[in-house]
This record gives sequence, structure tokens and C-alpha cells, in this order.
Amino acid sequence: MTSSVRLHVQGVSHAYRELSVLAGLDLEIPAGEVTVLVGPSGCGKSTLLGILGGLVKPSQGRVAMEGAVADDCLNPLTYVFQDFALVPWRTVAGNVSLVLEDTKLSRAERAARVAEVLAVAGLADFADAWPKQLSGGMRQRVGIARALAVRPAVLLMDEPLSALDAQTRGLLLDEFAEVIARTGATTVYVTHNLAEATRLGQQIVVLGRRPGRVREILRIDTPLSQRRLDDPDLVAVEARLWELLRGDAAAADRELTDAEA
Amino acid sequence: MPKLKGVVPFRAGGYAPRHIGWASPVTLIGLLVFWQILVWLGWASTAYASSPVLIGRALAALVASGELWGHLAASLQRLAIGWVVGTVAGLVVGFALGLFTLARSPGMAVVSALFPIPKIALVPLFIIWFGIGESSKIITLAFGVFFPTVINTVAGVDGVPRGLIRMAQSFNLKHWSIVTKIVLPGALPAILSGFRITTSTAIILLVAAEMIGADKGIGAFVLQAGNLYDTDNLLAGIVVLSAIGLCVSWVLGRLERVLLGWR
Repeated sequence: MTSSVRLHVQGVSHAYRELSVLAGLDLEIPAGEVTVLVGPSGCGKSTLLGILGGLVKPSQGRVAMEGAVADDCLNPLTYVFQDFALVPWRTVAGNVSLVLEDTKLSRAERAARVAEVLAVAGLADFADAWPKQLSGGMRQRVGIARALAVRPAVLLMDEPLSALDAQTRGLLLDEFAEVIARTGATTVYVTHNLAEATRLGQQIVVLGRRPGRVREILRIDTPLSQRRLDDPDLVAVEARLWELLRGDAAAADRELTDAEA
Repeated sequence: MPKLKGVVPFRAGGYAPRHIGWASPVTLIGLLVFWQILVWLGWASTAYASSPVLIGRALAALVASGELWGHLAASLQRLAIGWVVGTVAGLVVGFALGLFTLARSPGMAVVSALFPIPKIALVPLFIIWFGIGESSKIITLAFGVFFPTVINTVAGVDGVPRGLIRMAQSFNLKHWSIVTKIVLPGALPAILSGFRITTSTAIILLVAAEMIGADKGIGAFVLQAGNLYDTDNLLAGIVVLSAIGLCVSWVLGRLERVLLGWR
């Protein structure tokens, strides 16, 4: 049995001291789909992801979970971090094993699961390598393997490709699509990159300028396995997203420049 | 208008000091030879500054008579007990201040107030409180080691990337696991570099405490030699102290290599 969990964001607001970043946000995250959050810088995308994952306490509102979780799921809400968040004093296998060490799994089961997810992530030959020895792409593969090891019901991915070069991003994007399709996990993916949004998103939520509110929700029904970046329909969605975001992105850029000055 | 012609000059040299392995021993040996030559030429008095050869002879005599081992054993025992007690207490308090809000504000106030006090000034007070025996010397050392250990441990805990802690929390790791698997190893570089400071502090305090109230120990031996204008033995004692410092530094270096091999 695979997990099937949907999330309901209900009246969520959040402020960092005086700075309001989210204002009365309501959103449905459907089970088993990829929801992509896009929006201008500072609109609260990562904050919303933190709230969904229980890492940020909202100033107001709540997130409700609903659905069924697979028996082997060890951490229903699982994060993939922008900066990989790998523990430098543990090897690749040690990093994956770390998240299983407080669970009910025996040592043998843990080892088997680590080996399995490293193979899925293409890291079988790098189990004993240290994070410092890996490229950015390989480090994020470890992040993915670590997330898969706990059999997540909901994958929360915070700009997982933003620290990588364009070629590695392209390669990993295809691998993400495959992994997400394989796990069937409900996925929330934050990105600035509109090509990533159209490649992965089944529901694309466009947030407006700070304080973030849902501005528009677009749907793409083409299965992930059949999507190509040059697909005219996807290109059209990407153009529409840019049309929606352009004004806000320019205003956010001016806002940041003013703040820095 | 000035013209530009020729090969682009390289301008990015320097500002990157390298370690030259042979330079350290050659410098030390060179200084000793220079000192000995000054003595041979009669430009330096052995009554005030001894000489490398005389210091060597004094050391050999101390070893042969067994006198050195008695002093060395007394000093090393005080050093080890005082440093371990101060370090363990400093680590416990440092982690408490680093991890718990309730401990941090009052605790840091006390540490900040007591840290700048020169610990040598407390030796007479500790002798009044704990007597002239071993306790006062060990407590002086432990007290001197405690504060820098607390401060380095708090800095080490603060320096652990919060992202790693959030990652561990996001995977529901238990508090004890987060402390032992993330915070402790993350703070270890700062703690180990603190050990270099605290071992030096401990040696300084050891000598001071032994000079004030002991009849055994390298500090006491150096003081006795000084009182007798016996510069050969006085400097032989200082060479032994320097050797202790070098040995401790070597051990810490090995420890860093083993524990921080991942860096």
C-alpha cells in the first residue's frame, strides 16, 4: 500500500516580527500530486513549505493532514533541503542511515534500506564517500536518497536544484520526475525556475508579492513521464507563469534593492 | 595616449604562506648553536644564562639520579587531574548553556564575570580554603581550565549549522540523538581548538601553584634552582616544561586528525 495524504492550508498567516510574509492563505494540496509553489522573491514560498513541514509555526491558521500512510512510512512529512543539509562528519551511507537510527528498524533492515535507496539514487558506489568529496548534484542525490529511505507520504522540496549548475539541474529534474512518479508521494516543490515548475507541477500555485497570497492556480494534466521541456503546451504554461510573475518579480527586486540601500 | 604592449604580468603571488618542514628544526638548532657560541666566546655569562651544553648536562644528571621523575610525576598527575576535572565540568556547563535558554542567560552572566579574573591571583585564596596540599593546586588548574572550556563549548554549539539541526528535527530524530549525532560532533572543532588553549593555561597555572606551595613538581624544582642561582637546573626545568607542552600539543594534533578527519 502506498501513502495517500492531502494537506489543507487553512487561513495561514505568518510574520517575522513586523514583516508579514503570508496573509490568510488557503490552499488544497491534493494527494499523490506534485504541487509547485512559485512566486517572486520574499513572497513566503519557503516559509509556507516550512509551515507545511512543521518547521515553522504559523502566526495564524493551521495545516490539516488527511489520508492514509503506508505501513513502512517512517516520516510522513519529509524535507529535501536547498543546501542539501548533509552531515559532513558522516559518509554518504551514514547520512542516509542517520534518519533511520531512531526508528523501529533493526540494524540489518536499516542497512538493506540504505543500500536500496542509494541504488535508486545512483549512489551505490559512493556509500563510503564523504560529502566533501561529492559534487553538488551528487550531494542532492544523497538528500533524495535520505528522503526516500523513510518512505515519505509527503515530500517537501525547497528549491532543491537552485544550488546546482544548469546541466546538473536538467539531469536531476528528470530523475526527480521519475522518483516522484515511482513513490507516488504527495509532493510540494518550491522553485523560482519556471521550467522546473512546468516539468514537475501538476498543480502550480502562483503566489503574489509579500505578504504572499494565492494569486492563481494552474493545472497541467500531462503525466510526468510524458513531459518534455519543449512541449508547446508546457511552453505556453511557462509563458503564462512569467506573465503573472513579471510585474511582481520586478517590484520585489526593487524592494530588495531599496532595503539593501 | 599611453600605449600598452607586452606580456600580461602575473600579479597574484604571495599572501599564501607555506610550511617548510626543515625550517623549524634548523631554526631551533641554529639558535642553540648561536647561544653556545656566545658562551664559548665569553660574550654571555653562564652564571646568568647557562648554556645549551650545561643545560643538557643538568638534564642528564637529573635523569640519572631519578630526581626528574619524582618532580615530573607530581606535575603530570596534578596537570592530568586538574585538566580533566576542569574540562569535564566545562563541557557539561558549556553544553547546558549552549542548548538551553533557561541556563544560558544566567549562566553566561556568571561565566563572563568570573572568566577575566587572573586565576593565579586565586591560588592563595584556594590555599586558605583547601589547604596547602594537592586539592588547592588541582582546583586552581581546574578553575583555570573550566572557563575557557565553557566559552569554547558554547561557541562550538552556537556554530553548529542550524540547518543540520532542522534537518534532524524534520526527520523526527530524538533530542538525545540530535545532541550526540549533530551538536556534539559539530561543536567538536571549536572544543578541540579550545583544548590547545586550556592545556597551555593548565601548564602555566601548574607552575604558579607549585611555586607557591609545593616541594615536589617542576614548578617547585625551578623555584628552588632559582633561589640557589642554579641557572643550569632552572633552565633544565623550563626545558622539561616546554617538552610537556610539545607532547600535549602533539597528542592534541593526533586527536584532531582522528576525530576531525572528515574536514
